[in-house]
Amino acid sequence: MGTSLDIKIKRANKVYHAGEVLSGVVVISGKDSIQHQGVSLTVEGSVNLQLSAKSVGVFEAFYNSVKPIQIISSTIEMVKPGKFPSGKTEIPFEFPLHVKGNKVLYETYHGVFVNIQPQKGKLTPSPVDFTITPETLQNVKERALLPKFLIRGHLNSTNCVITQPLTGELVVESSEAAIKSIELQLVRVETCGCAEGYARDATEIQNIQIADGDVCRSLSVPIYMVFPRLFTCPTLETTNFKVEFEVNIVVLLHADHLITENFPLKLCRV
Amino acid sequence: MASRAGRGEAVSGREKRAGCPDTSAHVTGKMAVFPWHPRSRNYKAEFASCRLEAVPLEFGDYHPLKPITVTESKTKKVSRKGSTSSTSSSSSSSVVDPLSSVLDGTDPLSMFAATADPAATDSSRKRRDRDENSIIGSDFEPWANKRGEILARYTTTEKLSINLFMGSEKGKAGTATSAMSEKVRTRLEELDDFEEGSQKELLNLTQQDYVNRIEELNQSLKDAWASDQKVKALKIVIQCSKLLSDTSVIQFYPSKFVLITDILDTFGKLVYERIFSMCVDNRSVLPDHFSPENVNDTAKETCLNWFFKIASIRELIPRFYVEASILKCNKFLSKTGISECLPRLTCMIRGIGDPLVSVYARAYLCRVGMEVAPHLKESLNKNFFDFLLTFKQIHGDTVQNQLVVQGVELPSYLPLYSPAMDWIFQCISYHAPEALLTEMMERCKKLGNNALLLNSVMSAFRAEFIATRSMDFIGMIKECDESGFPKHLLFRSLGLNLALADPPEGDRLQILNEAWKVITKLKNPQDYINCAEVWVEYTCKHFTKREVNTVLADVIKHMTPDRAFEDSYPQLQSIIKKVIAHFHDFSILFSVEKFLPFLDMFQKESVRVEVCKCIMEVFIKHQQEPTKDPVILNALLHVCKTTHDSVNALTLEDEKRTLAYLINGFIKMVSFGRDFEQQLSFYVEARSMFCNLEPVLVQLIHSVNRLAMETRKVMKGNHSRKTAAFVRACVAYCFITIPSLVGIFTRLNLYLHSGQVALANQCLSQADAFFKAAISLIPEVPKMINIDGKMRPSESFLLEFLCNFFSTLLIVPDHPEHGVLFLVRELLNVIQDYTWEDSSDDKIRIYTCVLHLLSAMSQESYLYHVDKVDSNDSLYGGDSKFLAENNKLCETVMAQILEHLKTLAKDEALKRQSSLGLSFFNSILAHGDLRNNRLNQLSVNLWHLAQRHGCADTRTMVKTLEYIKKRSKQPDMGHLTELALRLPLQTRT
Repeated sequence: MGTSLDIKIKRANKVYHAGEVLSGVVVISGKDSIQHQGVSLTVEGSVNLQLSAKSVGVFEAFYNSVKPIQIISSTIEMVKPGKFPSGKTEIPFEFPLHVKGNKVLYETYHGVFVNIQPQKGKLTPSPVDFTITPETLQNVKERALLPKFLIRGHLNSTNCVITQPLTGELVVESSEAAIKSIELQLVRVETCGCAEGYARDATEIQNIQIADGDVCRSLSVPIYMVFPRLFTCPTLETTNFKVEFEVNIVVLLHADHLITENFPLKLCRV
Repeated sequence: MASRAGRGEAVSGREKRAGCPDTSAHVTGKMAVFPWHPRSRNYKAEFASCRLEAVPLEFGDYHPLKPITVTESKTKKVSRKGSTSSTSSSSSSSVVDPLSSVLDGTDPLSMFAATADPAATDSSRKRRDRDENSIIGSDFEPWANKRGEILARYTTTEKLSINLFMGSEKGKAGTATSAMSEKVRTRLEELDDFEEGSQKELLNLTQQDYVNRIEELNQSLKDAWASDQKVKALKIVIQCSKLLSDTSVIQFYPSKFVLITDILDTFGKLVYERIFSMCVDNRSVLPDHFSPENVNDTAKETCLNWFFKIASIRELIPRFYVEASILKCNKFLSKTGISECLPRLTCMIRGIGDPLVSVYARAYLCRVGMEVAPHLKESLNKNFFDFLLTFKQIHGDTVQNQLVVQGVELPSYLPLYSPAMDWIFQCISYHAPEALLTEMMERCKKLGNNALLLNSVMSAFRAEFIATRSMDFIGMIKECDESGFPKHLLFRSLGLNLALADPPEGDRLQILNEAWKVITKLKNPQDYINCAEVWVEYTCKHFTKREVNTVLADVIKHMTPDRAFEDSYPQLQSIIKKVIAHFHDFSILFSVEKFLPFLDMFQKESVRVEVCKCIMEVFIKHQQEPTKDPVILNALLHVCKTTHDSVNALTLEDEKRTLAYLINGFIKMVSFGRDFEQQLSFYVEARSMFCNLEPVLVQLIHSVNRLAMETRKVMKGNHSRKTAAFVRACVAYCFITIPSLVGIFTRLNLYLHSGQVALANQCLSQADAFFKAAISLIPEVPKMINIDGKMRPSESFLLEFLCNFFSTLLIVPDHPEHGVLFLVRELLNVIQDYTWEDSSDDKIRIYTCVLHLLSAMSQESYLYHVDKVDSNDSLYGGDSKFLAENNKLCETVMAQILEHLKTLAKDEALKRQSSLGLSFFNSILAHGDLRNNRLNQLSVNLWHLAQRHGCADTRTMVKTLEYIKKRSKQPDMGHLTELALRLPLQTRT
């Protein structure tokens, strides 16, 4: 026993683009020499829809109709059957990343360490100013019970480069009730559709507090959020599925009033 | 194996020799009847012949001590008109210091340092030039200094709690409108949660418990890091920094800040070092001033990972603190990283609602900023101005409500801001232009109720800046609102500045009057004393004893009611220290009327002793001239007595030593000039006062002995009846004091010493008494004695003492009523009866010395004499009976020596026999008359004995023989030639 196998990829940040060469080494180490039937390396990439626990039952039929789509697959034989000596053996490998058939590679956004980006977007800044008062709110049951407040602010752009933070400013001009907390909530909305209908799933992927406690009035508080690398990808819209992002500014007042302002975002990679 | 065999061989070799007919027994057996014939000496002639010839030094000849005087006289002539400083510098250049010339210019250490980094010196110097203004110097008071102060000052008796997992977190997440996938949620929670599923809430902690817990966390952070659990380490840091958002038990907050930022510092350092170590490969080490291009990708990626991880921390306060703690790591990523990060973090603090929490966050950022990038002053200023913008919050409803809930008054709440603000102000004002300081001051002035700001300005700005505007500040302090920041703290801060820098000459008295007017009105003794303590320094510095007296009187008046002084010993102590630091002239100090009444306030013994020690230390340090001023003597005797009386069975040796040193210092400084009687009665008084401290008694004995010798000197050796009586009184003093000492060698040496003094003063019977006392004490010398806490064998000390004693005995005249050489006989008896260590030859060494003594005693005229005392040489005048007695003694001693040599004829002692034999040979050579045949024969036998078993050092033997040959060429030494012929050298083979 005591044999271990590890794949090490050369590039430190593990990000590769289509057409590039992925290279690395397979490290096999063990105390004793090991008999083996050959080593081969397989690269696989696929898209599949995972059902969240919440929507079980509703979309099962639909889920079954969407098979995982394979987008990349290749196998190379590295070593013929034989024996590894005791100690550490390193076998280098490399293979080009080619898309299977005429399919397009989309960026992975979920926990796989190969991350491929096919297209280049263009960014036009789109600043948004906002004002939040009791009057601007929707879905309020008894508007009269709300304490008075006035919150102003702006987002520097809702078109964001995924590697750059979301920025802006927020000013609490006045508020009768003390403020407990102000948060930025990043939400991902996934939509899958086919002839039978479509499924929409919104997930909070990051929640960042930008103000804690009763902040000073008329003093601007910065809005600043780094997009998490693993849970975000450029906004995507295809015939079969959509991945979109939104940010909510959530203001919590004392006496548990919760005020949310929603802004759709468009993420891209430059 | 080989070595064992070798040893075996050696043993058998020895056995073989031992098997030979035992000649050594035969030799020593014969030796026992050898009589002693001392060589007669002409000391004067010997002395003249040994003396180095004095050679007059020609101008320009080399002499190690000469150049200094020569060049000085030269340059004085040349530069008579020049200043003295130029004289000294010109002379010093030509002076050859014998010590430095040995080192050839550079000392080895600095040479080593210079060569250690040959490549780096040039480039690093360039860098140093560039960084000159960006590096903080030693004049910047580091955070480490403030730490302890804050921890000591901001304490609480209330119960504290540590909540290492925000229990409400899960509930809050549930209220969010959108659902989180399970995986995402657990990932995020992993960061928040300390240990899977564990929620640690520790309630009811005392302050000490709290500190301990935090220290444990610090340790577990290090442990986690060391065991490669980086995520756990990060979790610990996040949980800890969360504690800083909790403002319950608000009076403890500053201390909490100190404790937790310690952990953050640890973390920051660990991360930085880790990434730094990743940049080091086998070939090269990253220089201290590296640029991001030199950092490899793996290190960069790891660094970036840390920043991404931290950017996703949900809560604002931990996110801020953790990012700030690894600010330095930006250096790995980009050149401008830090300068971009600092302003962003500064803005981020605006999101912190609680003004106290936010001001401490600013302080932390300034602290990290000063450490990592001291040249980025902009962010520091921005922090200050942002703080001013939020200043009004302090008086807002949220804060006021919180204070009501916690039951904290505004005057005790506001000072909680001081440490953080002082720090921010200090960072900004460091090397800041005057204009910036003025601007900051003006902006503080404009804000209402600005006492808090004023205080920080005074604490942090340059003392000179404050001191020159003292009157302005007094004006501003007066205008401050009574209900807010306590005024006594403001005056305290001002006083601290004035202790460091001087205000304009004209304002000085007015400042004191204005300040003291307010201080004296303070009702609370604690507030009062904290303030007064600071202002005493200013008063002492600029005013006379009259003002100081007034201030001391005022302090006494305030602190006496209800024994308020009991709670303020540290401050009162500090006042005393300041006063004595400024009044070096003790006659003035003790004439300050209220000084001694002030001392009376120290009623707790340990404190009183501390204060007394301080006074004595200063006295010893600053008193230049011996004094007999009755005011000083009375006061200091009182002070010394106080310290002495604190000694009891539990007092540590060290403490006793210190006290004795101080009291001795005082005793040495007391002199009544020619009034010797007065001096002696002072010593008598001192003895009765300080009887518990042995070193003081020893000092007193020495002082009295010195007094006796002084008297002798004044009388030029011819005592009158009166002085003779006085000297006897001195001697009696010593004689009755010595037995009260404990240390056996202390007593022995003092007996000897005092005996010598008595002898020198012609008190013969008294001297005899001392020597007899010493002799009768010798049997009491224990085998082992305690030296500096370790048990050591005492024999070597005894040997040393006895040799010294013999030298004195040479000149002690015999008592007419006792037998010849009665002291020597008595001493010999004591030596004979003393139980000596079996394995040592000390007894024989002593006998050899006795032999030397007896030889010296049989001379016609002794080597030395005491003035006006007839020694045995003139008493007996070479009487044959005396010489016969002397020789008889010699024979006994020699018999003893030879007997001992015989007992050494055993295997394991052969080496000792050899060396002892040689030493005896040398003694005979030096002191014996070798023209006597038997003595001559004895010496030849001894020579053989020394060489017999191959134990002798050939080189020594050769040298000895050479010496004999050389001696034989001297007049009257011809017989040595013949002796030399009879002394063969044994060859190794």
